[in-house]
Amino acid sequence: MSGDVLGGKIPEFGKKTAPADGTGLSGLSAFAAGGGARNFAEISAIVMIAVAIIGGAELWIRLAEIPQYVMPAPSTIVWALFADFGFIAPHLGHTLVELFVGYSIGAAIGLLLAAVITQFPFVEKVVAPYILMLVTTPMLALVPLLILRFGFGYEPRIIAVALASGPMVMINAATGFRRTDLAKIALARSFGASTFQIFLKIRIPMAMPMIIVGLMIGAIFGLLTAVGAEMVGGGFGLGNRLTTFSATLQMPQFFAVILILSILGILIYITFFLIGKKWASWEA
Amino acid sequence: MDSKPGTPDKLVVENATKYYETQSGPLHAIDNFSMSVKDGEFACVVGPSGCGKTTLLWSVAGLHPLTDGKVLLDGEPVTGPHPQIGMVFQEANLLPWRNLTKNIRFPFEIKKVPPDEAHIEHLLDRVGLTGFGNKFPRELSGGMQQRAAIVRALSFNPSVLLMDEPFGALDAFTRDEMNLLVEEIWLETRKTILFITHNITEAVFLSDRVFVMSSRPGRLAKIFTITLPRPRTLDMLATKEVFDLVNEIKAEIEHRPPANEDASGQVSPVADEVG
Repeated sequence: MSGDVLGGKIPEFGKKTAPADGTGLSGLSAFAAGGGARNFAEISAIVMIAVAIIGGAELWIRLAEIPQYVMPAPSTIVWALFADFGFIAPHLGHTLVELFVGYSIGAAIGLLLAAVITQFPFVEKVVAPYILMLVTTPMLALVPLLILRFGFGYEPRIIAVALASGPMVMINAATGFRRTDLAKIALARSFGASTFQIFLKIRIPMAMPMIIVGLMIGAIFGLLTAVGAEMVGGGFGLGNRLTTFSATLQMPQFFAVILILSILGILIYITFFLIGKKWASWEA
Repeated sequence: MDSKPGTPDKLVVENATKYYETQSGPLHAIDNFSMSVKDGEFACVVGPSGCGKTTLLWSVAGLHPLTDGKVLLDGEPVTGPHPQIGMVFQEANLLPWRNLTKNIRFPFEIKKVPPDEAHIEHLLDRVGLTGFGNKFPRELSGGMQQRAAIVRALSFNPSVLLMDEPFGALDAFTRDEMNLLVEEIWLETRKTILFITHNITEAVFLSDRVFVMSSRPGRLAKIFTITLPRPRTLDMLATKEVFDLVNEIKAEIEHRPPANEDASGQVSPVADEVG
């Protein structure tokens, strides 16, 4: 029994399992592409284009005298952000709580399921359609139902975030765990490695790039769902502010919240980009 | 030179037969293959690509069971991975997420024993890899990666070294260099080495005995004893003696599969494409 590490498969070196790129919902291109500005010329070009776009918008909105309820000027938005930040901040806090709690639950369950399910091909076949359903169904649609059951507090939002981020983490992590390199497993086995050691020291590191991609996509989906759920119902959170501000035509504040959300999304991306650089750089 | 009659058999393969279950029915990989390697001997198995050489070696390593027959190490049956067996895989097979130092300590991590630092230091120095400890596999050339793999296999001081077409993916010059290095290490350590290759010249250069395997299903076709003096030099490869021997082995391999030589030839590039 301990003898057959290959499950009767033929050790062939020409046929490796496909690399992670493009096999999951997202490849590793997110880590490989970009890579930051390289020199002064590039940096100045990037800054100048940004200035041109924002400055151009500012100029256009002012010169064309576009009313504030249609589109406030960038400077007005930034001013609103600073002036009203004290008022918006608690709502940001609520959104972050929902995101962190929901995402932690969803990602933990997603990772665990991915690790377990991929070890049993039959179980995977049985579960796959439901996972796909969870991934493709907008969990926002469940929020009114969840609100009926749990009220207007954190609970329905946290559940929605977990339901949105969990499957995203799972489906990508599963792609990672499914990558099996017989030669590497045989290598570990040749030193007498147990199944658990192989899981810990071969399968997890091999899956790591896709796990990180999954965690990133899951976090971003979690943020989207948190805000969406807040827009559906309840009296707090950034999503709730969006509906309130637009209803009261407070467009500078509305866009200030949008700005906060984009910054949050970018921070999530950068965080996982750095994690990927540290833990999965060998892949890129 | 080491195949003196008195030397005991270190490694014995008895009537090895192996079938794989594939979607298109069972695949007969090895058929009734027997061989023995003496203690301290350098033995090569040559054969066309896809003939079951790697299957044989993986069975000897205890990595997958034979359908029939057995493998004996010092008279004891090998039923699973064995601490006295070190293995060098195709394409080095280093773990890309570990640097060189951590790759070489990997066996000790699995065995949960402290690494033999002095021995590892000596081996690294021996293969010329001192100072590369922080490099990752992708930062090393193919030859350097394979040197590291050799150090990894020898790090826990096994008495038998199995080498599975270790230099197949290397260019001819690097391959020569590696062959010289392997012979040197063998002369120093006198490990029992079982070396798999489809390169006949390489087999002749390294071996005390060459075991020729026929096309799938792999059968033992013939055994050649190589009497060239040690240490061997690349110049020897240019002699008529070696040239004739290589041709004789080549003829042996090509004559065995009767008519369907072309059919088997089409399966063969599997290992050659690598690299």
